[in-house]
Amino acid sequence: MSRLFRFDALFLYAVLYLLFLYAPVLLLPLFSFNDSIYIAFPLKGFTFEWYRQMAENGPLIQALQNSLKLAVTVSIICTALGLLAAKGLTRPYLPGKRLITGLLLLPLVVPVLILGIGLLVIARQIFEIPLSLFTVGAGHVLLCLPFATLVLTSRLEGFDRSLEEASLDLGESAWRTFWRVTVPLALPGIVASLLLCFTISFDEFVLAFFLAGNEATLPMFIFSQLRFPNKLPGVLALGSLILLFSFVAVALSEWLRRQDVQAK
Amino acid sequence: MTASETYISIRGVGKSFGAFQAVDDVSFDIGRGEFFSLLGPSGCGKTTLLRMLAGFEQPSRGEILIDGQPMSNVAPNRRPTNMVFQNYAIFPHLDVRANIGYGLARLRLPKSELNAIVDQALETIKLPGYGSRRPDQLSGGQRQRVALARALVCKPKVLLLDEPLGALDKKLREEMQLELRQIQRQVGITFVFVTHDQEEALTMSDRIAIMAKGKVLQIDTATRIYETPNCRTVAEFIGTMNFFDGVVKAVRGNEIEIDGGPLGTLLSGVSEHRPVTGERVSLAVRPEKLRLLKSAPAPGPNMIAGRMGPEAYLGDRSHYYVEAAGHPRRIAVATQKLTRSVESCVDEGQGVWLNWTPEACVLLPVS
Repeated sequence: MSRLFRFDALFLYAVLYLLFLYAPVLLLPLFSFNDSIYIAFPLKGFTFEWYRQMAENGPLIQALQNSLKLAVTVSIICTALGLLAAKGLTRPYLPGKRLITGLLLLPLVVPVLILGIGLLVIARQIFEIPLSLFTVGAGHVLLCLPFATLVLTSRLEGFDRSLEEASLDLGESAWRTFWRVTVPLALPGIVASLLLCFTISFDEFVLAFFLAGNEATLPMFIFSQLRFPNKLPGVLALGSLILLFSFVAVALSEWLRRQDVQAK
Repeated sequence: MTASETYISIRGVGKSFGAFQAVDDVSFDIGRGEFFSLLGPSGCGKTTLLRMLAGFEQPSRGEILIDGQPMSNVAPNRRPTNMVFQNYAIFPHLDVRANIGYGLARLRLPKSELNAIVDQALETIKLPGYGSRRPDQLSGGQRQRVALARALVCKPKVLLLDEPLGALDKKLREEMQLELRQIQRQVGITFVFVTHDQEEALTMSDRIAIMAKGKVLQIDTATRIYETPNCRTVAEFIGTMNFFDGVVKAVRGNEIEIDGGPLGTLLSGVSEHRPVTGERVSLAVRPEKLRLLKSAPAPGPNMIAGRMGPEAYLGDRSHYYVEAAGHPRRIAVATQKLTRSVESCVDEGQGVWLNWTPEACVLLPVS
């Protein structure tokens, strides 16, 4: 025990490191219950007022809905496309595999700012598409697809090809084999890809800022609220809820993953 | 038990992967209800040939017919074949019952009927009550049986087996060999069995095709493959074989006289290969067909003097290795053990003589 809690420099470093990581995050819930519009110590008292205000804030709810719709759609589209890409990339013989992989993963290294300007030019100047959630969605698909492809490729790579052959051999068509063998076995990867794409799309700001027009997503809304000090506690309340939600989601998916590992 | 009626016809089939020729112009027929083995060292093309029968690979040349139907444009799921994979390919996300019933799902049978078939199959493979087990709760032998049952419930016309016993330990493997043979007799379908284990092929098969480097060297029954191999590669691959090289001196009726150089005169009975005088040939003799003598016999043909080398104790028999002057390889001699004596019957270094009858050897061309 004494060895575990030695108060040396390394221990101090670890404590400071954790504080640096989590203190800012933990300030959000703390001040969201503070009975004052100023984000400052000392705390004034406990209140649910900011949560009540948040629930009544129409534009905020609208932005939240936009972001949820966007993130859900984007994660489903990217995971479906990523699964198909991964299926192709993990074939034993694929001519030009490295080139295809490179092209698929390129958006990872292109600065989002450049991507945003490029997409804006294409949407407005070339195709004259009005900016809306659809244009943001298209941008987010571009942004999330490499992540989905990476996650699913790594899942399918460790995959015994003879299982699909066995299914074909037992009389199932390629399409039914995909649903009866490939998808169930890739499921942990599919869930991981959905979560990852959801998160990326949900808090993406730059592309949304360029492409959303007047349909604000949540990050855009929150950014716009920072100009008004009296709106800040409401933003903190919202942030705390998102924090709670993502904590539960991550814990849940981790728990599911462990159930899966134990079953094996 | 060579089946008379041809069921599978392989005609001039070849398969190349890039520059590599995996299967090279192979032609033969397999009879209905036959237990046919493809035997050869790894990389000889036997698995590729099996995968072409299953439809996972397309022949680069030639054609495969099953029951008279050309298979070129028939997808694996439409062929009358089912396969038992080398690693069994049991679906890890399904329990045993769902694995066995997998191929029946598309028939949309009533649940009770499906369950009855699966229960029957579990009975056949001696795993009743294992239906709800997950594949990771099964031993290697049990997985192998599940894979077998999964293929058999689809009632294939041909069952393809890709080294299905390779991962099992020796005892279990021998049990499964007998069981497989029994099941094959029961269901009466054609089995095409790929193995690199010669003992396995010899015990189970009606006929065996010996493959090497993409070619089929010999197709015959187990006994004929063992007793009358048609070339050196086959003779070397199956069991242990001693080769004595020489030049044909005379061909007289049923006997061929060979000048064995330092080994003296060698006599061979008639073999499939008909040599001409002056041809270089190999005489192949199995270890158990050599007689080991401790004292010099009367001089004559097929008589080699040597010195006792090391003994390889195999339990049921011993192989003695004899070194003969002027012969590059040690000669293996098998001795039966009729008593429980733990003493070696000959000491190492002792002078011995080897002798065999002309009918005991096979005459092969020098390839």
